[in-house]
Amino acid sequence: MATNNGLVYLIALPLFGALSLLLLGRRADKWGHLLATALSASSFGVGLIQLSGMLGRSTESRPVTQKLFSWISVGSFNVDASLLLDQLSICFVLLITGVGTLIHIYSISYMSHDHDRRRFFAYLNLFIAAMLLLVLGDSYLNLYVGWEGVGLASYLLIGFWNQKPAYATASKKAFVMNRIGDMGLSFAIMIAFASLGTVSFAGVKEHAHHASESTMTAIGIMLLVAAVGKSAQFPLQAWLGDAMAGPTPVSALIHAATMVTAGVYLIVRSNFVFDAAPTAQLLVVIVGAITLMFGALVGTAKDDIKKALAASTMSQIGYMILGAGLGPAGYAFAIMHLLTHGFFKAGMFLGAGSVMHGMNDEVNMRKYGALRKFMPITFITFGLGYLAIIGVPPFAGFYSKDMLIETAFNAGGIKGILLGSTALLGAAITAFYMTRVMILTFTSSKRWDDSQHPHESPILMWLPMAILAIGSVTSGFLLSRGSALKNWLEPLFESHGEHEELLSPMVVSGLALLMVAIGVAIAVMKYQLSDVDSVAPVDVSVFTRIARRDLLQDDINEALFMRPGQVITAALVKVDESVVDGAVRGIGQMAIGSGTSLRKTQTGFVRSYAMLILVGAAALITAIWVVTQ
Amino acid sequence: MNINNYLYLSAILFTIGAVGVVVRRNAIVVFMCVELMLNAANLTLVTFSRINGTLDGQVVAFFTMVVAACEVVVGLAIIVTIYRSRRSASIDDASLLKR
Repeated sequence: MATNNGLVYLIALPLFGALSLLLLGRRADKWGHLLATALSASSFGVGLIQLSGMLGRSTESRPVTQKLFSWISVGSFNVDASLLLDQLSICFVLLITGVGTLIHIYSISYMSHDHDRRRFFAYLNLFIAAMLLLVLGDSYLNLYVGWEGVGLASYLLIGFWNQKPAYATASKKAFVMNRIGDMGLSFAIMIAFASLGTVSFAGVKEHAHHASESTMTAIGIMLLVAAVGKSAQFPLQAWLGDAMAGPTPVSALIHAATMVTAGVYLIVRSNFVFDAAPTAQLLVVIVGAITLMFGALVGTAKDDIKKALAASTMSQIGYMILGAGLGPAGYAFAIMHLLTHGFFKAGMFLGAGSVMHGMNDEVNMRKYGALRKFMPITFITFGLGYLAIIGVPPFAGFYSKDMLIETAFNAGGIKGILLGSTALLGAAITAFYMTRVMILTFTSSKRWDDSQHPHESPILMWLPMAILAIGSVTSGFLLSRGSALKNWLEPLFESHGEHEELLSPMVVSGLALLMVAIGVAIAVMKYQLSDVDSVAPVDVSVFTRIARRDLLQDDINEALFMRPGQVITAALVKVDESVVDGAVRGIGQMAIGSGTSLRKTQTGFVRSYAMLILVGAAALITAIWVVTQ
Repeated sequence: MNINNYLYLSAILFTIGAVGVVVRRNAIVVFMCVELMLNAANLTLVTFSRINGTLDGQVVAFFTMVVAACEVVVGLAIIVTIYRSRRSASIDDASLLKR
């Protein structure tokens, strides 16, 4: 494989930004945000140069590597810190740096009133660097470094306003739940090392064919656990909603466009593992299907605009995981949905941030309404993203989601029908809740009081939204034209025989559009044609109540894990106090007790000491006499 | 005269001294009893020197006398100081170190 010494700059530029902003401190307050944005943009430039170089080469010689240094060298086990840029990584590199740069630009204005803006930009750059390391690492161990790095950046940014205890708790929650996933990844690395003797992608791929299926299944399941944690999939999904405590650009970049899709990247990158482990692959599909319904259902009940979008993110990533679990047929479509989702969801989050900016940080959609007139640009860009996510042709989501639904139907047998119908139903619910968000925010009657003065955001904020909106409109068409992305990624995956088609593409598209139309119609009837309360109604069905509580995710986690955990902790504290501390204190007490009783012999009277000496001497002499006789 | 009589005498003197140390309260008397015990020991040393026909015991007896002289100097000084500060020569009163 060819070597290219330019890869390191992709990571080094934002990393330099993060370090210099953090180390220079307040001295960088005036220009820190500009430096960070410029570095992120130049990293994007390096990515574009790499892409053009890659396009100029033949298919086999497209991947390039760069060895940075020899990291671990123990006997026959060698791990280099080296980077690998292939057809899959370049998609991510451009998504991360491109969307990342737009969000940097947006944040210059969005965070302009925050006196800690420099620290914010340092963390953003840190995130970009870590995420690039994640997608550029050429082994699971290198990926792991980036994996932990994005976890750290996510933690720091969710808790950016950690003066509010609830936000600090949210960041801690995200970190702890992510740790469970991280443990899965480290187990996967350990299993790969113990049974295959290698942790690099190429090495594991080489062994994948002749290793036992149980080994591959074990690695696959552990990788799935990792993906589930990072991508907020069922059953580790509970942190994503609370992660919205972070500033909105963070939600757009980390918790919609890039970091949460790392799980999809991991599964697609490990395609050779999952192809060799059908059981693990089936689990991936099941997780994806459950999560896409879970997120969609939660999304229907949320009144907080950011939480509604977060639930939608969860659901859309469910689609991607579902696609990634469908094997070689689905990998390319999972990545395609990931890329289009990166555009429209980031755009919508920025739109939500723009609305909050104009509405004094109000997030409750029931207190919005009729904002179309006041924020025309936000309305249009958000609306384009909305059309993209519900899958109206010719917007981006139509192409990517349709492909996923079609692939799901074609998975074969009862499995295909179940998955396909789940995906279709998910599409209908997506259309419903996104229409609800749209209507509640922009078109329904005004529900805010006169203390609010909604206004359009400055150009630095709407320009990134507009660019992302253009992406939401065109990316699907461009990526699917002539199966462009599919052919681009093809060399990375095992070739596969064509499945017989259960339903023709036209029928699937027709069904999907019908479901979307039903979803939109219900939402319009419920929210546009009838009045909306500005306070959430309380006399609602038990289902609504459960959905508002995130399908009881926190209640279940608390009942199953937190409370028993607390009981175990309390018991351990008791054991520690009584057994461990008891032993230590007992030894002390014993020494004190024996000292006290021996002290009684120390009367302080010289005569008694003399008596003791005398008796002792007499006893000694007697003893010697007895012994020597 | 039987040479063992010297040993009996020294044993009696030593016992008198020891009993004196244990039962008497006056520091001066206790001190004199200690001296009595030392001299009883000296008598034993000298007697054994005579029995064995060597000079070792007599040499040690001289050492004991020197040590006893030093002890008298230091001991009397302490007793006098205690008497000055406490107006008492009873050794039972001088038990400050216990507390």
